[in-house]
Amino acid sequence: MATDAIETLPVTYNYKVVRQFAIMTVVWGIVGMGIGVWIAAQLAWPALNFDLPWTSFGRLRPLHTNAVIFAFGGSALFATSYYVVQRTCQARLVSDGLASFTFWGWQAVIVAAAITLPMGLTTSKEYAELEWPIDILLAIVWIVYAVVFFGTIMKRQVEHIYVANWFFGAFIVTVTILHLVNSAALPVSMTKSYSAYAGAVDAMVQWWYGHNAVGFFLTAGFLGMMYYFVPKQAERPVYSYRLSIVHFWALISIYIWAGPHHLHYTALPDWAQSLGMVMSLILLAPSWGGMINGIMTLSGAWDKLKDDPILRFLVVSLSFYGMSTFEGPMMAIKTVNSLSHYTDWTIGHVHSGALGWVAMISIGSLYHLIPKLFGKEQMHSVALINLHFWMSTIGTVLYIASMWVNGIMQGLMWRAYNEDGTLTYTFIESLVASHPGYVVRMIGGLIFFSGMLVMAYNVWMTTRRDISVTIEKSEAVVATV
Amino acid sequence: MDINDLRGLSTLFMLITFVGLVVWAYGRKQKKPFDDAANLPFADKDLAERTRSEVLERE
Repeated sequence: MATDAIETLPVTYNYKVVRQFAIMTVVWGIVGMGIGVWIAAQLAWPALNFDLPWTSFGRLRPLHTNAVIFAFGGSALFATSYYVVQRTCQARLVSDGLASFTFWGWQAVIVAAAITLPMGLTTSKEYAELEWPIDILLAIVWIVYAVVFFGTIMKRQVEHIYVANWFFGAFIVTVTILHLVNSAALPVSMTKSYSAYAGAVDAMVQWWYGHNAVGFFLTAGFLGMMYYFVPKQAERPVYSYRLSIVHFWALISIYIWAGPHHLHYTALPDWAQSLGMVMSLILLAPSWGGMINGIMTLSGAWDKLKDDPILRFLVVSLSFYGMSTFEGPMMAIKTVNSLSHYTDWTIGHVHSGALGWVAMISIGSLYHLIPKLFGKEQMHSVALINLHFWMSTIGTVLYIASMWVNGIMQGLMWRAYNEDGTLTYTFIESLVASHPGYVVRMIGGLIFFSGMLVMAYNVWMTTRRDISVTIEKSEAVVATV
Repeated sequence: MDINDLRGLSTLFMLITFVGLVVWAYGRKQKKPFDDAANLPFADKDLAERTRSEVLERE
C-alpha cells in the first residue's frame, strides 16, 4: 500500500496492546495473589511447604512479590499509561511494533522470574532478585517503553501535557535509573553475579532503590492512573489542576530521599538515618495533597458513590492511600520504628498500600477500561463489581488489622525484659502468639484473592464476542465513550 | 565559606524553588491554560468514537 494512502487514513488509538496488558493484569493478579495466599497459609501451617526446596517460603515469597508488583502492577501500569497517553495526547502510540515488543518482552521477564526464583536463583536484593541476564532484558524492555511513551507525547495533538502523563513519565524515567544503578553487578556465571557495591553502601543503594520502587513504581505510576480515571469515572475534571502540579513536583523531589528509613538502627551512619526519617515525615504533605485532590474531585457529586461501584473502588483506594501514607511517615520515626521494625506491622503497612491502594485503584481503572477496549457499554455485571468491591475491602481490612495486632504484640514481646535483665519471652513464644493473626491474615488474603476470580469471570463475560448484542448496542452508546 | 555553607544554601534554594512553583501554579496567568488542561480527559470524543467503531468492526 502506498504511504500516502496510509497517511490519509483517519487516526485511531492502538487499543490492542492496552487490551493485552489489561487481560494479563487480571491473569497475573490471580497468579500473584494466589501465591500470596499460599505462603500466608505456610506461615500458619508450615507443612504446606511440602518439604520441597522449590515450594519453600524463602523461594516463593520473592515469586509472590515479583508477581504482584511487576507482573500484576506492571501490566496495569503499561495498560493504563498506553491508554491515557494516547487519549490525552489525542495521538496513536508512536509505534505499534515497539509497543508490541514491550508486551511480549515484559511477559518474557515475568516467565523468566517464575522459572528462576523457585529454582533459588536470586541476587538476594529485595524486589530486585532477578539475576543479571533477566535484568538486562528488563532494562531493554523498559527503555523501549520509555521510547514509546515519550515518543507519543512528542507527537501529541494538544498543547498541554496532561498531569497524568507527568506522573507516568516520572515513573518511567526514575524506574530506569533505579533499576540500572541498583542492579549493577559483576557476573561470574549465567546464573550468578555479585553486587557492584559492598557493605553499608550496598544496603543504602538497595533501599534507595527499594523505597523508590514504592515511591515511583507503586505510587507515581498509580497516581497517573488516579488523575485520569477518577475524573473520567466521576465525569468531572480533577478538583484542582494547580494542586496537581504542586503535588507532582513536591512528591517526586521528596520521595527519592526516604530510603534510609528501611535501615534504622543498622550500620548506616546515624545522620543518614535521621535524614531519611525527616524526609519521610515531610512526604506526608505531598501524599495527602494528592489524596485530597483525588477525593475532592467528587465534591458536589458524592451521590455518585451510591450506585457506582467503580467509583467506590477508586475513592476507597484513595482512602487506603491516605491511611498508608500517614502510617508510613509515622513508622519512619526512629522511636516508633524501634517497635515496628522486623515485625508483622511492616507487612501490614505494605499490604495496606498494595491491596488497598495499588490493587484497588488498578481494579477500578480496569473496570472502567475493559468495556471501552472491547467496544462494550459497560462490564457484564455491575452487581459483580459491587461484590468484588466488598470482597476487596473486607479482605484488606482483615489483612491489615491482623498484622497490626501481630506486629505490635511481637514488638512488645521482643523488647520485654525481666528485672534481672533477661528476656521475658523466647522468640518461639512470640511466634506461637502470632498464630491466630496468621490465620486471620490468610483468610483476608483468600477473600481478596477470590474477588479477583469474580473479576476474571466478569471480564470473560464482558470480552466474549457477542455479535448480535454489540451491533444492536453500537448505535445507542455513542455518547458514552 | 566551606562545603557546609553550600549545603545550607541548597536548602534555601529548594525552598525558594518550591515557593516559586506555588506562586507560578496559583498565578492568575495560569488559570486559563490549567482549566483547559484539566479538561483534556474529556476532549477526544471523535477519536475515541472512531477507535470504538474500529474495535466493533473487528468483532
